Amino acid sequence: MEVTLRSFWTLVHGMGFGALYLLACSGALMELYRYTASSTPIGDTSSEEKFLKIYLITMAVLAWTAVLTGAYVIYPWYRAALPAGAKDLALFPQRLLMSSPSTAGWHALGMEWKEHIAWFAPISITMAAFVFFKYGRDLKNHRQLRAGVLAFVAASFVSAGVAGFFGAMLDKYAPVQGGPTIVLSKGESK
Amino acid sequence: MLSAAIGSLALAILAIAGNKSLAIKNTLNFYKPTGPLSGVTTVAIFVWLLTWLILDRRWGKRSVTMRRINTVSIGLLVLSILLTFPPVVDRL
Repeated sequence: MEVTLRSFWTLVHGMGFGALYLLACSGALMELYRYTASSTPIGDTSSEEKFLKIYLITMAVLAWTAVLTGAYVIYPWYRAALPAGAKDLALFPQRLLMSSPSTAGWHALGMEWKEHIAWFAPISITMAAFVFFKYGRDLKNHRQLRAGVLAFVAASFVSAGVAGFFGAMLDKYAPVQGGPTIVLSKGESK
Repeated sequence: MLSAAIGSLALAILAIAGNKSLAIKNTLNFYKPTGPLSGVTTVAIFVWLLTWLILDRRWGKRSVTMRRINTVSIGLLVLSILLTFPPVVDRL
């Protein structure tokens, strides 16, 4: 079982940072709402607040790492210029998609939207984390601010969802591949 | 929150500008392997952080009407999302 270096980075970007961020979004929305909107007293608030702060910081780190690896590690491989005379498009995903009318839309709509909308996720979650660091449970007393923060976390979820969906589909139709091969395990012949 | 929305809008506007003008596209090409996306996002992040700093200095110790800021911020964020959607960009 082996994987190329480019495929490995795509996995790290999508399944590692991106998917983990998406999974964390629903938890952040629920926990932010519960912690700052609940009228009933909750247990040890200081440890809960500390947990939520660490959770939001981790999400911000995940979101920034996802967009930075996407833009500066994988995207250059995706959009690599086709050398003159090249006939095999397998190493040039953008060119491969654009070579057929049935797949061109995945680039024209999918990648064109993904490459920009994805950045709203780290910007929004960083803002949410900062506001929570500043206000903590006191957000309960700032209804409008709390609503705004929750709306931005929801928008970050949508942005990451769009980017994740198109990322998965792009990788399905034109996977980023090439580079040195990493052997994960040696298969046994049957 | 408002600065995050302004930064997001800056990203959408820069992406459109780069799409429509070759000169802007070339100017935004900060890192050749990534292309204009590198400039679009770097400038947008700079706009976001600068706006954040300015707003913090101006409003940091003042009481502001959150309802209006919320409405404007969420409106700008939704507009930013729409302005990055290729079918919308193509109609501009």
